[in-house]
Amino acid sequence: MSLSFSLAHMMGGLMLLCAFALLSQRRLASMIALYQAEAFTLTAAALWQGYAQHSPDLYATALITFVIKAMALPIGLRHMVLRFNLIRAVETVMPVGLSMILGLGLIGVAVLVVLPTTLNAASLTREDLAIALSVVLLGFLVMAVRRNAVAQVIGFLSTENGLVLAATGMPGMPFVAELSVALLVLLGFLVVGVFLFRLREHFDTLDLAGIETIERRGR
Amino acid sequence: MLLLLARLLATLLHLVLVFALAPLLVGVVARLRARLLGRRGPPVTQPYRLLLRLLNKTALVPETSTELYQIWPFAALSAMAGAAMLVPSFSTGMLTAPLADFITLIGLLSLTRAATLLGGLETGFGFGGAGAARELLFSLFAEAALLVVLASFVLIAHAFNINGIATVFASGHVGISVSLGFALVAMLAVALTETGRIPIDNPAGHLEVAMVHEALLLEYSGRYLALFEYAAMLRLMVWMNIIATVFFPFFMARAGEPLTWPVGLGLWGAKLAVMGVVLPVFEVSMAKMRVFRVPEFLGVAILLGVLAGVFLFVAERIGA
Repeated sequence: MSLSFSLAHMMGGLMLLCAFALLSQRRLASMIALYQAEAFTLTAAALWQGYAQHSPDLYATALITFVIKAMALPIGLRHMVLRFNLIRAVETVMPVGLSMILGLGLIGVAVLVVLPTTLNAASLTREDLAIALSVVLLGFLVMAVRRNAVAQVIGFLSTENGLVLAATGMPGMPFVAELSVALLVLLGFLVVGVFLFRLREHFDTLDLAGIETIERRGR
Repeated sequence: MLLLLARLLATLLHLVLVFALAPLLVGVVARLRARLLGRRGPPVTQPYRLLLRLLNKTALVPETSTELYQIWPFAALSAMAGAAMLVPSFSTGMLTAPLADFITLIGLLSLTRAATLLGGLETGFGFGGAGAARELLFSLFAEAALLVVLASFVLIAHAFNINGIATVFASGHVGISVSLGFALVAMLAVALTETGRIPIDNPAGHLEVAMVHEALLLEYSGRYLALFEYAAMLRLMVWMNIIATVFFPFFMARAGEPLTWPVGLGLWGAKLAVMGVVLPVFEVSMAKMRVFRVPEFLGVAILLGVLAGVFLFVAERIGA
């Protein structure tokens, strides 16, 4: 087992750990901190892959990840929490233990899906791909089990981290794709920010239950 | 013959160091924690003074207790002392190595806990019962997590013995694996629970409704309390040794080769020092959890242990 693989693997594992911990947290502050840790790990992973694959593109990816995801977005999220004076504890749809078991199941699904479909790929990238897919699925799960809009945004961002992790692990992913994904996330974040602002103006809360009641009444 | 003598000497040195330094470790952690909180803190020798003071005091036996009241402290300390003898500190291959089965170790730790619990229940006093209920609730989850983590160790190292696991991990064939990272996090959560450190239990707390370990010992005094306190100090040492041996076994001395001892001893001291600094820093940066959150915290540890196992099977199947 080469060092290059071990280190990349360890960083993937760290990201998976962050994504898993994201699922278990009830407080917005710790969710944001975990997301930031995940983005830092992704930066390190991209740097290491850039060094290992000798591709300068990945250094640019790392820089973008660092500036946008590890710095700008967490600061923006913290600012949002302060500005909107949100209730810091997030309501969950189901008990945390149940959602963690679901998360474990999703990791199993990711492993079972990736391993048979990538039989021809080099064996070392397969496990990394399984980890990346797990991070993506866990991000979706976070979006599903949280009622608070900011927590759902964090889940979405975590999903995107998983995508970039998969992209950095594969040699030959064009840089333009990564750049556009990063910019898309930034744009998406801005749109969501405006959306949250409007949501709060109308309902005085960021809990999506408000929207659900309107839906039920059929306006 | 010479080899046996060297191993015997290493074992004796291990015993002397572990038993003598356990109170010092607790003292250092308490002192650092106080400094981090902006207080001066007790001197690092305070635990030794505590033990001495307790030994010189009269031991009172409550009227409502049975004859077994005096036995529990001895049972708790002897089981913990057995565990302290088995877990390697600075070198592998000590005379106790063949006995250091992980399952035995878990059994000895549970035995200590059982004796402490029964001691707490002995007087039929309310806080003791409450503390016992909590301790049992925690230990149920902690032991489950420990067994799950152990399963992945066995899968990696093909050994049940803590000495054997350390030897395999030290050889470097294992590499940095995701599974081991998950196992480490799970193990740390279990260690925090078992040693009663801050997110679970406050070692400095004296508020009856919030405490777990202290509540069990409320009715004990004098030399009996000293035995329980010493067992608790040994427990911190044992857990730090377990983590150091399993996860950082690199360059540990070999008991048969005395020339490797100084390096092993130095590294052991360094490992304890690092953990002795990290623990109080972690403690002051965390808040104590509500009692009913603890099973959730340990549930995460169990799931991480399962995850470690899942990734081991993945690695096995793809032959990485």
